[in-house]
Amino acid sequence: MTNAPLPASSAFATPQAAFWGGVREALGVPMLVMGASFLGFGSMIRDVDWSVWHALYSTLSTWALPGQIAMAEMAYSGAPLISIILAVGFINARLLPLVASLLPHVRRDNVSLWKYYAISMLIAATSWVGTMQRLASLSQDQRLHYLTGYGLLLYTGSPLFTVAGYLIAGQVPQPVTLALVFLNPLYFMLLFLFDLHQPQKVLSLLFGAILGPALFLIAPNWSLVFTGLIGGTAAWWLGRNGWVRQKVSKELKKGRDDG
Amino acid sequence: MVEQSLYAPVLVITLAALATYASRALGTFLSGKISVESPVIDWITCVTYALLAGLVVRMIALPIGALAETPDWWRFAAAGAGLLVFVLSKRNIGISVLAGALVLVALGTLQI
Repeated sequence: MTNAPLPASSAFATPQAAFWGGVREALGVPMLVMGASFLGFGSMIRDVDWSVWHALYSTLSTWALPGQIAMAEMAYSGAPLISIILAVGFINARLLPLVASLLPHVRRDNVSLWKYYAISMLIAATSWVGTMQRLASLSQDQRLHYLTGYGLLLYTGSPLFTVAGYLIAGQVPQPVTLALVFLNPLYFMLLFLFDLHQPQKVLSLLFGAILGPALFLIAPNWSLVFTGLIGGTAAWWLGRNGWVRQKVSKELKKGRDDG
Repeated sequence: MVEQSLYAPVLVITLAALATYASRALGTFLSGKISVESPVIDWITCVTYALLAGLVVRMIALPIGALAETPDWWRFAAAGAGLLVFVLSKRNIGISVLAGALVLVALGTLQI
């Protein structure tokens, strides 16, 4: 998150080199973090008694972990199909702004439109964080290649970890399986703590944490959907009014400065 | 046990995948046309955060599957250890998750 310009050597010689540069830079920490999450997901799918093919199919077709976990959790608890789809849809709606904000950086005139729809499949939280800053330092003709390399490595690595998690969960002592299944709740909980700067997000997390279990006791099948809608909307509304107040005071200040 | 397989897993997974790709497709369609700092995007973020927070608390406090058979305090201790290490390590998420997981392994092995 530094503002210092990246060294000139960070640009690649050719678009092909940019692709492999993306692959290289996704290896290491990004792949490790992603891998641990999908390892946990694979273990969880075994825990809810689905097959390894289901685990694999979900990772390849969805490739957005929080939604996949909500899906397995709710299906196991017997939530209605509509409730599951709504919850997954709302959770993964966060991909919309990620995709919408990343693609303008790689857009070029001579690239056909379907390629952008295809590459959107490779955009998830991890690849967004890893590439968003970096793209600006690359020349226009290298950006799409770089993003493809970066996203493709993470995308193709994920099913391997998913299957590994599924297989490991059956072979290791039970306490280790428990810990594997517990990886994602732990990881998400800590990830939230990184984000405690914006009042709207803090309120959303707080309302969600309270409403989640509370509504579960009243309407277990629909509790997550309502938690998101009620908690999220309340937090958004409160934060927005705060934002409006700030804007008004800024306008007032501007008026004073102008006058 | 909870009644399972009200519907085929393949159906749930397919619909979940479509619901997910819808956001990616719409994001592609809207890229360059909308500002990501609009109130609607803020609202989406808030709903996502609240829903996920609810899910995480539920997975820790009222889990399903094998975790449901563990004593509550095991899971709270593991989450607490993760939090503690997170603060002590100046927000090193990898070490913190590992610490929480190891606490659960230890408690499960000792069966206290």
